[in-house]
Amino acid sequence: MIESVVFSLLNGVLYGMLLFMLASGLTLIFGMMGVLNFAHASFYMLGAYCAYSISQVLGFWGALVIAPIIVGLLGALTERVGLRNVHKHGHVAELLFTFGLVYVIDELVILVWGQLPVDYRIPEALDFTLFSLYGSDFPAYRGFILFMAVAMFVAIYLLLVRTRVGMIIRASLSHPDMVGALGHNVPRIFTFVFAFGTGLAGLAGVMAGNYFITEPGMAFAMGPIVFVVVVLGGLGSLGGALVASLIIGLVTTFAVGMNYSIADMLASAGIAFGQDSVLGINLSRFGPMLPYLLMVLILIFRPRGLMGSRES
Amino acid sequence: MSTSNFPGGAVVRHAAVWIAAIVVIIVMPYVFTSSSSVSMMSQMGVFIVFALSYNMLLGEAGMLSFGHAVYFGLGGFLTLHAIRAVNDDVWSFPLELMPLVGGLGGLAFGVIFGSVSTRRAGVTFAMITLGIGAMVEASANMFTNFFGGESGVSGNRVTEVTLLPFSYGPQIEVYYLIGAWTIVAALLMFLLTKTPLGRMANAVRDNPERAQFVGYSTTIARFIQFALSGFFAGIAGGLFAILFEIMTAPNVGLIQSGAVLLMTFIGGLGVFFGPIIGAVLVTYMQIALSGFSEGWILYFGLLFVLMVMYVPNGIAGVIVSHFAPWQAGLAHRFAVPYLLAIVPALLALAGLVTMIEMGYHLSLAYDPSRPIELFGMEITATSVAAWVVAVALFAAGLVALRWVAGRIRQRWGEVNQAMDAQRAKQ
Repeated sequence: MIESVVFSLLNGVLYGMLLFMLASGLTLIFGMMGVLNFAHASFYMLGAYCAYSISQVLGFWGALVIAPIIVGLLGALTERVGLRNVHKHGHVAELLFTFGLVYVIDELVILVWGQLPVDYRIPEALDFTLFSLYGSDFPAYRGFILFMAVAMFVAIYLLLVRTRVGMIIRASLSHPDMVGALGHNVPRIFTFVFAFGTGLAGLAGVMAGNYFITEPGMAFAMGPIVFVVVVLGGLGSLGGALVASLIIGLVTTFAVGMNYSIADMLASAGIAFGQDSVLGINLSRFGPMLPYLLMVLILIFRPRGLMGSRES
Repeated sequence: MSTSNFPGGAVVRHAAVWIAAIVVIIVMPYVFTSSSSVSMMSQMGVFIVFALSYNMLLGEAGMLSFGHAVYFGLGGFLTLHAIRAVNDDVWSFPLELMPLVGGLGGLAFGVIFGSVSTRRAGVTFAMITLGIGAMVEASANMFTNFFGGESGVSGNRVTEVTLLPFSYGPQIEVYYLIGAWTIVAALLMFLLTKTPLGRMANAVRDNPERAQFVGYSTTIARFIQFALSGFFAGIAGGLFAILFEIMTAPNVGLIQSGAVLLMTFIGGLGVFFGPIIGAVLVTYMQIALSGFSEGWILYFGLLFVLMVMYVPNGIAGVIVSHFAPWQAGLAHRFAVPYLLAIVPALLALAGLVTMIEMGYHLSLAYDPSRPIELFGMEITATSVAAWVVAVALFAAGLVALRWVAGRIRQRWGEVNQAMDAQRAKQ
């Protein structure tokens, strides 16, 4: 029992930190520009595929540096050519633009890399067992993912709170007109933030592509769940995104491990009831639904999320 | 706004349009007789109803939903279960009215989910609908009796309980059933836009604050509009179930919801007949292109993104914008620049299609060096020359298109000025 709890805990935290790597960029972009980037998970997939191609030539460490930069540049291009023109039609048009972008990017990935999964592997330097617990191994690469996610959180936090650039970014979040009046080029800050956010998504792709499988469906598998994280944590809140990522990671991981139903629990308490009703459904089947239920509930009762400062 | 929504002349004109639509629906199978085209036209009918119901939200009330397939899909599942019940002699209900089962189901779920989602507007509303859509899709794993698990639910539409002496086994009989429902549903949705509710939906879309000052609750207006839209989506789902005789979990899912958003937007949000154009065009392209190219989703995505950027009012919006110059007798002044635009547009399109098709061929084909057939030519995707030509065509087309676009804008300016002058004279 303890064994499975400890491993669910570890895996839940790991999944949560991967979610956070994705969600941090999304929430930054939203907080800054008011744009909910539907295509965020598509940029994440681009990161994984770019990392695969680059690692063929330069190895994993080269890919770790270059792939996020490429994805960030593509993000900057998207903002400059597309989003900025759509901006004048309002937020719904921006949402529709990024929604259409999902179709385009996902298909372009198939066009370039094909329909089948690509063989993007964990680097040999990290392909060893970090420690063993209850006879099960904990691979070093998972430890590396955790390390990178924490480093990323600290770095973004310091960037936003301790540097002049971060101060301008935070100021354009709350008072864009004033920042513009002070002579800063707000559209250029927007481009920078969008590039930075998509670059972070690309970095998450580099890290997750070889931990999961790099295939054309990976964006669709992550897209909606990242939205849940960002909404739950509060749009624009980095700390909220971290907390929400961990919650979602743990909830889904624990739900998958539960191989019994509410009716079973009642039965073990001596109450025979509801074996054929909703209560008789295996709890693990609730797993995929729980995050969305949480999201709908939070949107209804607390639309600014756990730690957000304002409503969308 | 005029004192009456239906001045006499307008009624006659509207009636003429609807009668023409009925005639078109009746005549079409005699023009396109093959069974595949009858099947395609049946699908168009289903998606016309679905897209019009979606436009009740996005176009008329400004509510962007990412989960409209929930009502379409659940309506379809309910209809199919009802048909199975009739076949099992548990229930007796004529097949012609079966879409009503879907409609009432869509209405019921619209009331349930609408009561929690319509309290918010804008991006929050969009997120709630996304969450509900994903939730319902994920719940298909839990309620396998209702959703039928991986294989879905299937049934046989020939129930032998019918009002009219048809079995609805043959494709053509189903076509006319769908056609009749399409007309009825479309007419009802059109009349709804003329009611005070329809007007309030518009007001809530354009200026929620002022709508409240007039004394209306924006939440209630949104809620009623949402529930009714669920009703018509459910009817579309019921027609879908009758047409295909199978429903699977993805029918309630995000991809289906995205598809209806795409069609409605491409057709045009602001005009009633916009979604009809969108549904017909997208269904046609989907069926025609998916046989022709691996990349039809990419073509759709590109079309959609370009329309969001440059033609936010959709195809219908473009058509309607020419009504005024047409009435002023100035439409002919666009002929030359529009004809000029066709050539570079075709060039750019040819270059783009060639690049995309060669790309897919390189990544998906077993033997990439085998030539592909395109525009009646054989093109080898592995040759550098083919790529150079394609890129050059695309680039040249784009440059020329930019130039023509400038001229078209200039001409619009002139025509607008001329129209202002005409008005001033009157």
